[in-house]
Amino acid sequence: MSPPLLTVDNLAVEFHSGGQTVRAVDGISFSIEKGESFALVGESGSGKTVTALSVLRLLTAGGRITQGRALLDGVDLFGLSERDMCRLRGSKVGIVFQDPMTFLNPVLSIGRQVAEVLALHNHLRGKALHSRVLALLEQVGLPEPAQRYNAYPHQLSGGQRQRVMIAIALAGEPDLLIADEPTTALDVTLQAQILRLLKDLQRQTGMALWLITHDLGVVAQIAERVAVMQSGRLVEQASLSTFFDHPQHPYTQNLLAALPSIEHCGRPASPTTTSNASVGYAQRTLHGFTGTEPDATALTVARPLLQVTDYCVYYPVRKGVFQRVVDHVKAVDGVSFALEPGATLALVGESGCGKTSLGKAMLGLIPSHGGEIRFDGTNIADLQGEARRRLCANMQIVFQDPYSSMNPRLTVGDIVAEGLDALYPRLDKTERRERVERLLLQVGLTVAARLRYPHEFSGGQRQRICIARALAVEPKLLVCDEPTSALDVSVQAQIIRLLRQLQEEHGLSYLFISHDLAVVAELAHRVAVMYQGKVVEMGEARQVLLTPRHEYTRRLLEAAPRCRVPG
Amino acid sequence: MIQYLIRRLLYAVPLLIGVNLLTFLLFFVVNSPDDMARMQLGQKHVTQEAVEKWKHERGYDLPLFWNDKAQGAAHLGQTIFYQKSVNLMLFRFGQSDTGRNIVNDIQERMWPSLAISVPSAIFGVTVNISLALLVVFFRRTYLEFWSMVLCVILMSISSLFYIIGGQFVIAKLLQLVPISGYSDGLGAIKFIILPILIGVVSGIGSGVRWYRAIFLEEAEKDYVRTARAKGLSDVQVLFRHVLRNALIPILTGVVVLIPFLFMGSLLTESFFSIPGLGSYTIDAINRQDFAIVRSMVYLGSVLYVVGLLLTDISYTLADPRVRLS
Repeated sequence: MSPPLLTVDNLAVEFHSGGQTVRAVDGISFSIEKGESFALVGESGSGKTVTALSVLRLLTAGGRITQGRALLDGVDLFGLSERDMCRLRGSKVGIVFQDPMTFLNPVLSIGRQVAEVLALHNHLRGKALHSRVLALLEQVGLPEPAQRYNAYPHQLSGGQRQRVMIAIALAGEPDLLIADEPTTALDVTLQAQILRLLKDLQRQTGMALWLITHDLGVVAQIAERVAVMQSGRLVEQASLSTFFDHPQHPYTQNLLAALPSIEHCGRPASPTTTSNASVGYAQRTLHGFTGTEPDATALTVARPLLQVTDYCVYYPVRKGVFQRVVDHVKAVDGVSFALEPGATLALVGESGCGKTSLGKAMLGLIPSHGGEIRFDGTNIADLQGEARRRLCANMQIVFQDPYSSMNPRLTVGDIVAEGLDALYPRLDKTERRERVERLLLQVGLTVAARLRYPHEFSGGQRQRICIARALAVEPKLLVCDEPTSALDVSVQAQIIRLLRQLQEEHGLSYLFISHDLAVVAELAHRVAVMYQGKVVEMGEARQVLLTPRHEYTRRLLEAAPRCRVPG
Repeated sequence: MIQYLIRRLLYAVPLLIGVNLLTFLLFFVVNSPDDMARMQLGQKHVTQEAVEKWKHERGYDLPLFWNDKAQGAAHLGQTIFYQKSVNLMLFRFGQSDTGRNIVNDIQERMWPSLAISVPSAIFGVTVNISLALLVVFFRRTYLEFWSMVLCVILMSISSLFYIIGGQFVIAKLLQLVPISGYSDGLGAIKFIILPILIGVVSGIGSGVRWYRAIFLEEAEKDYVRTARAKGLSDVQVLFRHVLRNALIPILTGVVVLIPFLFMGSLLTESFFSIPGLGSYTIDAINRQDFAIVRSMVYLGSVLYVVGLLLTDISYTLADPRVRLS
């Protein structure tokens, strides 16, 4: 057997900041064979990216490799001079980073950014350089590369940018391609395309692929061997099939158990009709689903909490010297649906389909352009001032990114209390505190959390704070705008559990906006699929997710990664 | 782009009218022509006739906005507002209170101002950026720490000290250049070297710190890591990637100042006896020559509007993401 391409031996990395030393990577060893695809899996903060960066010696300030070796083709990477290391980066090892928007230089054309690598390592110039860049862009499937040579990153879509990023990594014809969360910032459909591309490229070039991800669905599609990382250590290494079928380590078992899955969808269409049926449905789905006819009540339910009719949200297109509005981009174009008390309606679709615009406009955060919203039978447009504010307080929103949706200068207690102050301006201090504490306990936080600041909490805890903040106003409807997509799998599962529990206890209704069909399957009673501002399919979760009728829904479902070992 | 420029120029019209009105209020309503005359002629031993005569000679005896005694259009025309402010708006600055033609004066005196301010600005920006890049290259070393200490010290020294200290050491002790003065043509070079040098040196402290902050912010961005992963060395990354991106915030700070080069520097020009626009303004203030001060205030405002427009245009050149529309 030939020696492995990359051997990492007992690697440890420490970070110093503010007088504290954190061990990010704690003595890990693994190897990657030539031409193999290897996946390093773990939650955020487990040290996966740090491992990859330290192999390339690209750690940020404060990071230091304290022990261990990394051998690439027998060359000790940590013993090389910086000059030799520069020669090796890009030519022997290419890397694809997570967010193609921030990892591309915004002021250089994409052609130049790819060309830079070729000029540096292959000493290509002039016409030869230009045509090689075009060939690369073509290879990664960028449409019309010749026209796009001089385009800037912001002029491309997310998927196209990631293709450029891959072209940059491939330009030096590396033996090892590191892909650090290559699809996390992308939509499901794009994700599938990029994964297929990486796999094809690997087959064409015979390079080894080192995939770093937290998404087990991605792992199942692309990896041959898997290693699991938890707080700086490797807890398990196995082949793909062993990993999914017989996970050894408890952490891995939990990780797999926490996975949301489309097959889980089994919540009844109406919580009032069958509240104890979730187990039954789960069993039924196992034996093949016995479908009912399409849900005719999707548009009209008996006593809707929320009735949205022909709703439109347009963004104006302005032109000319006086910036007159000449046209509109129809983000939401005539959407109608109804939501009953205690039910969950999921809005799914790719980014840009208008689902977030719809949620924001319903709460009055952005202006709408037609249609009507009835909440509890009252047309919101009829109300003004205080009455309208009172009514709108019944609708609250939880945003996608718990990092940026809270004021970092307020304590958690004050953030939660803001809603209380609006609802009960005359609350005295002790009662206010008690209510805040009750809310924090409700979402699974401790009472002490009240006095701390948002940055002291992890992503999942922050999302809990956001939910507590929304609940403080005692809403009947919660609009959840991708509440779990910024979170790790296991944390995602906790938040889903919390949302279900709150719904059972308080009879909350959810409008759940998401692109993640597996999460939707766990939560939704009813699903509406949005495409280019319109609802193309709506019905019970089981029907839409298991027996989709519309072409677009089928495409979405096919693209969604599943944790099943192929074959 | 063209449409944007037209719109911006149209925006400038109400802006300039506003500036003009404010200038008018400041110079004729808050400070009445009578006050001006008395300041010129003295407070005690002045007859009302002398004041009236002074005002009449300069056209300050007219009513402010509305002339009852005149006929037709002259109702509006024969007023201080029309005669002074509208002309100001059209850059017809007229005569100074001492009877000189202001436009001619400005045309004559702007060249000495430019001779000092343009080289100071060019050398200043070049030196500051180079030093800042050097500091960023040696980041997280003692060199960076001590250069920042030095910058704070340089910033803390008053610019008066640089001027007087420079004149004392270089001109008086070493006698390399004349202490002050100016002459036309190539002879001016020996007079402007010292003011330029002092202009550059006194700006280093704050300049290097500012540029360093901008470079450091860019150097921490994600695309820098991509560039390093391509195999570029630190220096290559700094020049090919960081510098280009850092230009965007730098442009905002620098381009807006370009029109002001024309106005000269009040301090430097009066200390070095340079017959530029800066000393022109200072002298006018000292002489209470409101016609000149009014013109320079208005000119300054116009240049500021121009500066902001230039900044916006330069953005589109440096940043492909910005398209003016």
